[in-house]
Amino acid sequence: MGLFNRLVAKVRGTSTASALDWSEIEAELLSSDLGPSLVSELIIAAKKMRGDDAEEAIREILRTKFSQKSRALTHGSGLRIVLVVGVNGTGKTTSVAKLATYLHTDKRLVVLGAADTFRAAAVEQLTTWGERIGVETISGKEGAEPASVAFDSAKRALDVNAEFLLIDTAGRLHNKSALMDELGKVKRVVEKVAPVSEVLLVIDATTGQNGLAQAKIFSEAVEVSGLIVTKLDGSARGGVALAIESALDIPIKFIGTGEAAADFAPFDPEKYLEGLLT
Amino acid sequence: MFDALSSKFAGAFSALRSRGKISEKDIESTTIEIRQALLEADVALDVVESFTTKVHSKSVELLSTLQAGTNQAQAIFDVVNLELTEILGGGARRIRFAKNPPTVIMLAGLQGAGKTTLAAKLAKFYKDQGETPILVASDLQRPNAVNQLQVVGQSVGVPVFAPEPGNGVGNPVQVARDAITFANSKLHSMVIVDTAGRLGVDQELMNEAIAIRDAVSPDEILFVVDAMIGQDAVRTAKAFQDGVGFDGVVLTKLDGDARGGAALSIAALTGRPIMFASTGEKISDFDIFYPDRMASRILGMGDVATLAEQAKKAFDGDSAKKLEDKFLSGEDFTLDDFLEQLEAMSKMGSMGKLLGMLPGAGAMKKQIENFDESEITRTKSIVQSMTPGERRDVKVLNGSRRARIALGAGRKVSDVNSLVDKFTAAQKMMKQMRNGGSIPGMPGMPPGMSGLPPAPRKAPPPAKKKSKSGNPAKRALENGTIS
Repeated sequence: MGLFNRLVAKVRGTSTASALDWSEIEAELLSSDLGPSLVSELIIAAKKMRGDDAEEAIREILRTKFSQKSRALTHGSGLRIVLVVGVNGTGKTTSVAKLATYLHTDKRLVVLGAADTFRAAAVEQLTTWGERIGVETISGKEGAEPASVAFDSAKRALDVNAEFLLIDTAGRLHNKSALMDELGKVKRVVEKVAPVSEVLLVIDATTGQNGLAQAKIFSEAVEVSGLIVTKLDGSARGGVALAIESALDIPIKFIGTGEAAADFAPFDPEKYLEGLLT
Repeated sequence: MFDALSSKFAGAFSALRSRGKISEKDIESTTIEIRQALLEADVALDVVESFTTKVHSKSVELLSTLQAGTNQAQAIFDVVNLELTEILGGGARRIRFAKNPPTVIMLAGLQGAGKTTLAAKLAKFYKDQGETPILVASDLQRPNAVNQLQVVGQSVGVPVFAPEPGNGVGNPVQVARDAITFANSKLHSMVIVDTAGRLGVDQELMNEAIAIRDAVSPDEILFVVDAMIGQDAVRTAKAFQDGVGFDGVVLTKLDGDARGGAALSIAALTGRPIMFASTGEKISDFDIFYPDRMASRILGMGDVATLAEQAKKAFDGDSAKKLEDKFLSGEDFTLDDFLEQLEAMSKMGSMGKLLGMLPGAGAMKKQIENFDESEITRTKSIVQSMTPGERRDVKVLNGSRRARIALGAGRKVSDVNSLVDKFTAAQKMMKQMRNGGSIPGMPGMPPGMSGLPPAPRKAPPPAKKKSKSGNPAKRALENGTIS
């Protein structure tokens, strides 16, 4: 019996035989990385509930935790610049490639900006992706100033009348203030060419409660407008993403579910809840 | 890294310390606080329960044997320290070297854990110890992983065995097998195999990892895991243990602010020790993981052992010896020596990192974070703007010389003045010590450098930016005696 069914059974009061206690449910919810505060809130609400519509009611509690903001890419006229940011190893470069594939398939003219000039071979990684997808990648030399690469790619995107410029940035730990300042600079410099319409923070589904700190600090630096949750094809349920939505009102916009370019989709809240609870 | 956890522990113990006589009830409430702290830090519930149960029962047991007059709080603190060291894996274990070289080390882990970077760090670490490692590019999945390994391999001066271009082309098992033959023919003493990132639930890729393992029969399989991982750590670690299996754990990205609870869980649940820790983006940000030192750090006792070791590494034998000789022969400590010490200090890593290892660092986290790293560079620039003669004897520095130096360094004259004042004070102090005086307290010098205090005391005064010019003198002195 999945966690969700057990929770429902518990609320309905029909699970006396299985002697499933609240602490066990709490442990299960904690193990999906929803975080202690959200879990205790959920348990308190669930304890108050009785009746036949319990199942729907519990879903409803969780639904209220979702952000009300739009999950579509922010609209804009002319060139839309999307900055992709996050800590190291969450899958930024892969996500940029997947988002490019997604937009390219939709017949949009996309240009990629390889502003991760720090990690060895990151530029080549994105360029390889660009070639596979069939979109242009603008890059500088390894070790080049990321802001200047971003600036050049924005210029190029304008020149070719692109609809989207996706900028890949170097992974950085949010507690390194110098690196966060660098990110702020990238954004400021790009905006000399055209406004950044979207900042997507990439969150690894295996991340624990640290994800909240990541989202908070990245938002302070560059006003994150949406999340991409990656590696949801693993055993991690990615509960921290909901914790972030609920705490900071940043909507999850896309999810990554594998290594192929097509393993990428707009976020579906109902499906996510299903995965979280079963 | 474990800062948040560390401050929670500090809170729990300060409450305990304020009690004159500790009752069983006090132990009860301390245990509850510890439980909460661990849960908030992503530690798996099973591990939390067994940890707190042990601490509780041992503390209660101890209480009956402790008479009035002994420090009960300290005794309980010791119990927690011991148990914490235990769940972190006990004593540090080193790599098992193969009887007949090459020693084969295989890396495995989730995508994005940091395997490729770690491979280079590991290679550098053992190269510095006299091994002749090669890196093997068996990650043929991720676009340009092979390329990345080649770049990092080159930067550490370690050959990379990469016969296949990667990006989905080539057979990783064959590459690994050929690498062993290659290493044998070229007499390499160590082979480090970088593999593709894989999910614990992906049976196909897990089978590939098993095939690589069987092809190279590694002496050590290291599970590389991101310190920021959440509750999935337990499932993933189990899946890897049951799949390819592993002998040790490597924690990466420990320089983030994650509470590292999952790290505690993995060692405890799999029974495999954490062997290495990676703490930054530079190749040198890597070390053996010492459970006892980490436990001290979590409990706010600082990590003086690592600090001393890094100092020893940075201050190479010659310069330390030179300084010691100078000190003993009665020669004056000059600004040139000072510059040398400053350079050695920058080699040790950022001041923030160094200060973080001091006892009580948890309580001065903010100040450490705000520490201005470029202050050292500025101080260096002032010294470098002096002539050799001026560096030998600061007494010649009159107003116009000072103005010239300030101009050359791009600083204010007042900055030059304050540096000279502090340097003169340090010089005087060294003379006093040579004449048998005790070490006078240095302004802004955090206490506790010479050994562990019995318990975390009040935080040392926040590191004052301007006053650290006195630090290297004393630090150099201490290092003169330990190296």
